[in-house]
Amino acid sequence: MAKPAKSRTATEKAPAAPRKPRAKAPPKAPAQEPALPDNIVEPEGDFRLHSLQESHGKDRRASLGKDELLKLYEQMLLIRRFEEKAGQLYGLGLIGGFCHLYIGQEAVAVGLQSALEVGKDSVITGYRDHGHMLAYGIDPKVIMAELTGRESGISRGKGGSMHMFSVEHKFYGGHGIVGAQVPLGAGLAFAHKYREDGGVCVAYFGDGAANQGQVYESFNMASLWKLPIIFVIENNGYAMGTAVRRGSAETDFYRRGTAFRIPGMDVNGMDVLEVRQAAEIALDFVRGGNGPVLMEMNTYRYRGHSMSDPAKYRSREEVQEMREKHDPIERAKNELVAMGVAEEALKEVDKRIRAVVNEAADFAENSPEPPPAELYTDVLVERY
Amino acid sequence: MAVELKMPALSPTMEEGKLARWLVKEGDEVRSGDIIAEIETDKATMEFEAVDEGRIGKLLVPEGAENVKVGTVIAMIEGEGESPAQPAEAPASAGDQGSAAEEQPAAQLQASESEAPKGKADSGTAQLASAAKPATDPALQPGSNMKSVTVREALRDAMAEEMRRDERVFVMGEEVAEYHGAYKVTQGLLEEFGPRRVIDTPITEYGFAGIGTGAAMGGLRPIVEFMTFNFAMQAIDHIINSAAKTNYMSGGQMRCPVVFRGPNGAAARVGAQHSQNYAPWYASVPGLVVIAPYDASDAKGLLKAAIRSEDPVVFLENELVYGRSFELPELDDHVLPIGKARVVREGRDVTIVSYSIGVGVALEAAGLLAAEGIEAEVLDLRTLRPLDRQAILDSLARTNRMVVAEEGFPVCSIASEVIAICMEQGFDDLDAPVLRVCNEDVPLPYAANLEKAALIDVARVVAAVKQVCYR
Repeated sequence: MAKPAKSRTATEKAPAAPRKPRAKAPPKAPAQEPALPDNIVEPEGDFRLHSLQESHGKDRRASLGKDELLKLYEQMLLIRRFEEKAGQLYGLGLIGGFCHLYIGQEAVAVGLQSALEVGKDSVITGYRDHGHMLAYGIDPKVIMAELTGRESGISRGKGGSMHMFSVEHKFYGGHGIVGAQVPLGAGLAFAHKYREDGGVCVAYFGDGAANQGQVYESFNMASLWKLPIIFVIENNGYAMGTAVRRGSAETDFYRRGTAFRIPGMDVNGMDVLEVRQAAEIALDFVRGGNGPVLMEMNTYRYRGHSMSDPAKYRSREEVQEMREKHDPIERAKNELVAMGVAEEALKEVDKRIRAVVNEAADFAENSPEPPPAELYTDVLVERY
Repeated sequence: MAVELKMPALSPTMEEGKLARWLVKEGDEVRSGDIIAEIETDKATMEFEAVDEGRIGKLLVPEGAENVKVGTVIAMIEGEGESPAQPAEAPASAGDQGSAAEEQPAAQLQASESEAPKGKADSGTAQLASAAKPATDPALQPGSNMKSVTVREALRDAMAEEMRRDERVFVMGEEVAEYHGAYKVTQGLLEEFGPRRVIDTPITEYGFAGIGTGAAMGGLRPIVEFMTFNFAMQAIDHIINSAAKTNYMSGGQMRCPVVFRGPNGAAARVGAQHSQNYAPWYASVPGLVVIAPYDASDAKGLLKAAIRSEDPVVFLENELVYGRSFELPELDDHVLPIGKARVVREGRDVTIVSYSIGVGVALEAAGLLAAEGIEAEVLDLRTLRPLDRQAILDSLARTNRMVVAEEGFPVCSIASEVIAICMEQGFDDLDAPVLRVCNEDVPLPYAANLEKAALIDVARVVAAVKQVCYR
């Protein structure tokens, strides 16, 4: 079970090897690899696959000030409360179809995306997408209204839970086919590089998608062409109902880029500050023109795969332990308190966020359904 | 014993080639493996090796000769101590043979097949050959200066012009850059635009179709070349689920202006996995534009339109048509409208509807029918989605009889769709049931005789037309 508890070899390793002069690289070294950013430790030999992990191991957590951590806390709490409300509306029959909740995984999207520049860096994900949208500052009202299938939804009610986009924010979906977002993300990274706009693409996928063939086709081309992309595997332990160990020969997903010379990072996805620190190391590397990074975020979803999943494949105790001992929001809250933020202030935050979510739910319930004519619009852009 | 050296077939579609260079001269000794000549095929310049040992006798085809038909004796090799040998039968001069083959209508090619198989076994695709030319597109400016151009060149020029015009346009695919295209369609693009915009991919269709689609979502204008559409099956998820549905699912917010292009349909003697027409597959998907041009003018004008379109386009070419020459107007910017069919031959008695390589077959059939007093109109659909229903119904209203000729499977075909349209919206105009002439409902076989039997041909179209005309 719980990956976050697994041994962290990187932290136990001896201090990283000192920086070696480039000229002494063995003959197998690929020609002209760009220089590494200063904060990256040059590894032994020519193979840099462990370099990021080692840098991360030296200093695992971002040291953010009170205000900054409070912002991340608020964002995580917004996702938590939003998803709880979505679950409620689903139960009331206001949301249909599949609805995959992000509860438990909040630290991943928030930690990573807080390190990105909205409007410059692009994000793409699979069908469990509400959290990534909220973490990118997209209005909760239009997300919730999409869930209820209303005209004011971000996709005018024609996409639903799994198919939401905001080109303005450079959030590119919201994709329902497991793994498809990985080459699409590589394509977004290709566009960043082609235009030389300095942007990086973050492509999220799960431990289940990590077994799709197209993921490795993308790894190969992204590394070959040094595309500015961070592949993020959100390992929540279960591909729908199949535990990682039942579906994956290599369960240390961060190693899966090795064959394509993509450095991997093994990150505790239940700690927003660790995610943030790892994101910054990865971004430095990618922005430096070094090609892709593969991050494994060890996390956990508290709810079933989708609303209709009774989650009989795991024990209540397992879920309970994660909730009680590893919850990312509780953790951030405790740290804020330790930093001197008053309990009262945190209660105010909670109140404010509940209000935002309630407002989104009201908006989503009271917006009209799309007019019948919408059936035929947006099939094609042009008229022929 | 003297050995005849014959013009070799060096690609599946090669019917003739150019003897680019002799690397031996009369009297030279050659051994197995020695390179004798360079031969330019429809795809590349190939080296031709000796298999037999001996002394080169007479060189029967001069260096630089074009249109040398496969199987033509090009030189003699003499065994030890032999006197200069002569070929068993005097070869016709190379040029004559080539052009004769080109002008021979498909039906005649078939009639003469019993004499042919000395050289390359005649492929069933020979019956898809056509010398008849479509009528000039009335949409073109009258008085345009016309130039004879192959479909291959027209496609290349379309891409090059659009790449000059719009920095966002790039082309990616297997062998598109340094190899100049597996079918030479992208020849010269790397030299002009460089490796940033002409990108060789690994053999990984699913992955690069996804990358192209993602790049389009990210604001670029990718042209994704599939070496053939058979391989696009690996990538069809991105064409349909990622590209076609994006605009709708996003409520019109996120566009995906990508062009997927490459050869589609039967090629010569390559068996079932490399010989399929996917037009009906893609044409069934809302959110896609599907174009399947026949001649050079449409290939160029519609590819340019496809690249400019804000919608994802599946652009189906045909390998057997790449080398055919057609009149193309010399215009600065030859762009044609998507979604419009074209009458490529006028006639009052019956309509033959077709697209892609089937148009040539339909035109040949119309020529034969005219000799029997039946004037057939030939309608080239050109765009398969959105289909030009009105053009189909207008033509039906003129002729009251219709046959659909399609190089593809009959079941759930474009022909099925055309017939449904006639039933639903043109019933009162019908004087006879609409018939379809499609390939046989079997995977395409390899054996030459079976391949012939499986593919459409002129005779079948002629027979169907006579049937709907009650003749």
